[in-house]
Amino acid sequence: MEERITGRAFRCGDDVNTDVIIPGRFLTIVDPDELGGHAFEGMGEEYPARLRERQLVVAGRNFGCGSSREQAATAIKHAGIRVVVAKSFSRLFYRNALNLGLPIVECPEAPDRIAEGDPVTVDFSQGTVEAGGQAYRFPPLPEFLVEMLREGGLVPQLRRIVAERRAARARG
Amino acid sequence: MGLTLAEKILSAKAGKEVLPGEIVHVSPDRVMCNDFALQVIRQLRELGEEKPWDPGRIVVVIDHRGPANDAVLAGYHDEIRRYTATHGITFYDVAQGVSHPLMVENGHVRPGDVVIGTDSHSVSYGCLGAFGTGVGNTEMAAIFVTGRIWLKVPQSVKVVLTGRLPVGVYAKDIMLTLIGRLTMDGCTYRAVEYHGDLVGRLQVSERFTLCNLSVELGGKAGMVPPDEITEAYVRGRVREPYTPLRPDPDAVYAQEVRVDAGSLEPLAACPHKVDNVRPVREIRDVRVQQAFVGSCTNGSLDDLRIAAAVVRGKRVAPGVRFIIGPGSRDVFLRALEQGYIQTLVEAGATVSTPGCGACIGQRGALADGEVTIASSSRNSPGRMGSRKAEIYLASPATVAASAVTGVITDPRDVVGGEDPR
Repeated sequence: MEERITGRAFRCGDDVNTDVIIPGRFLTIVDPDELGGHAFEGMGEEYPARLRERQLVVAGRNFGCGSSREQAATAIKHAGIRVVVAKSFSRLFYRNALNLGLPIVECPEAPDRIAEGDPVTVDFSQGTVEAGGQAYRFPPLPEFLVEMLREGGLVPQLRRIVAERRAARARG
Repeated sequence: MGLTLAEKILSAKAGKEVLPGEIVHVSPDRVMCNDFALQVIRQLRELGEEKPWDPGRIVVVIDHRGPANDAVLAGYHDEIRRYTATHGITFYDVAQGVSHPLMVENGHVRPGDVVIGTDSHSVSYGCLGAFGTGVGNTEMAAIFVTGRIWLKVPQSVKVVLTGRLPVGVYAKDIMLTLIGRLTMDGCTYRAVEYHGDLVGRLQVSERFTLCNLSVELGGKAGMVPPDEITEAYVRGRVREPYTPLRPDPDAVYAQEVRVDAGSLEPLAACPHKVDNVRPVREIRDVRVQQAFVGSCTNGSLDDLRIAAAVVRGKRVAPGVRFIIGPGSRDVFLRALEQGYIQTLVEAGATVSTPGCGACIGQRGALADGEVTIASSSRNSPGRMGSRKAEIYLASPATVAASAVTGVITDPRDVVGGEDPR
C-alpha cells in the first residue's frame, strides 16, 4: 500500500450505483484488466477513456451502492485508479474495495472542494486529503484492515493462511 | 441495557455480549452463492484449496443468467454443476428461481441464523428473523476456506409500522415511503428492525419485501423479530433445530421511525434513483412499453395473485409487453394451480423463466428511450438494458394497473374500491 498518492481526480456525484460503475452486461468477463476497460461505462461510452487519465476517484455520498458485485471495485482498480475518496461508501463497496486491495478514504469535507481533473494528494501516514492548498483529515481504518491492505488485500492474505495451514499439516 | 435483534444474533454467534461498533469474527450458519460461484470456484482453485470448509452449510443457485444462451455461459454453468456435485453441495440449477425466495421457501434459513450471500438482497433472510447480508465473491471464497467472516456489529434503526394498509397499498409502498423519507443511504452500515402491530399481521411474503428493500436504504440487514407467523412458516420447511431470538424491550436504537399505514398511498420510485419517490397519482401521462411483475423483491405467489386480480377480465394495452417472472418454480407451479397464470396470460402477459430476469435486463431488456414500470428494486441507468431507458419501481398492483392502461396508473383507478389483496 502506498503511503502517499498524488494524481488527478475523476469526479462523480452522490449515490453512484454499481450498475453505473460496471454495467451488468460485463459481469461475465473474468479478466480483471478487461473489466477495467469498462469502468464507469454506465455513465456513457466516453468515460472509461477519461478515467485512464486519472489516478483518484473522488465521489459524494454512498459511493458504490446497489449490488454486491465486487467487479465494481475490480474494474476501478484495474483501470489504474489508486484510491477512492468519498463522503461515504455503501458497505458492500467498502468491504469489496479493501478485500481487493483498493484503498478507500471516507472524508466528508474534501469532495466538495475538488473538481474534475483537480490535483489531489492522499497521505495515509498523515491521514489527510490535500486539495486546493487545504488539508482535510480522515479517520484511520481499523488496524486489521490496514494490515490486510498492506498484504495487498484478502487474496494474498488467504494465500498466506493456506500456506500456513499446509505447513502445519506437514509438521503433523 | 437491552440488545437489538442484530446485537442478540451476533452476540450469540460471538459467544459474548457485543455492542455496536465492535468487530466480531463469526462462522456463518449458512452461505448462499449465486452465479458468482464461478468466480469463487476459480479463486479456490488458484489458492489450491478447492474443498469448502463445510459443504453442508453452502447453497448454490444459478439465478442471474440462465438457461444459457451461448456456449460460453453453458460452460460456466457446467463448471458450477460439477463443483457442487463433487463436494455434495445443495444446488438449485437454472430456472428454479431467484436465490432468496429459494433459500426461504426451502428451509435453508432459520430464525436466529447468520446467513451470508454473494448478493446484496441477502438481507431478505431477515423476514424469518435471521441476520442476512451480502458480500463480494472474494470474501465468499475466504469463507469457503476459513469458515469465518468479520462483521462490524451495526447500530440498529427501529421502524414501527402501525395501522391498516388501505386498498391498493402494499409492503412495497411502505418501503418506498421509507426510502423516500430516509433516502437511499439513510441506513448505511445499520440494521433495520421492523416492529408494530401492522408487521405482526403481515405474511412472510410481505415481510420478505420489507427486509429485501432494506438494502435500498443502505441497510446492512433488515429484520422482523420472529413470531407465530414465522413459526407457522418454518414448520415443515426447516429440518434442523434452531433458537429464535427476539430483541430486548429496552434495546437501544440509533433512530426510531414511525409510519402509520392508514395515511399511505401507492408510490413509485422515479428515474433514476430509488429515493426519487412520488405518489403514483401525481405521475401523469407517462406511457410505458414494458411492465414487469417479478424479481426477488416482488415475485411471490401473493404478488402474482394481486397482479392477476388487477388484470382479471381486462386486456394489456396495445404496445405494452407485460412480463411475469415468478420468484421460484414453486411459486410458478402454485400460480398455475390457482389459475393466476391463466388469468395473466389471457390478459396478454407472458411468463419468463423463474430467476432474476428482467430486473437485471435479462429477457426483458429496454431500448433507448423506452419506459418501464417494474416491481423490482433498482432503477439506476442501464440496469434493465439501455442507460437511456427509464425505470419506475412500484408494487405489483401498480405495475399490473399500468400494463392494462398503458400509462403509469394508480391501481385504485383500475379496480375501484375493490381490494385485489
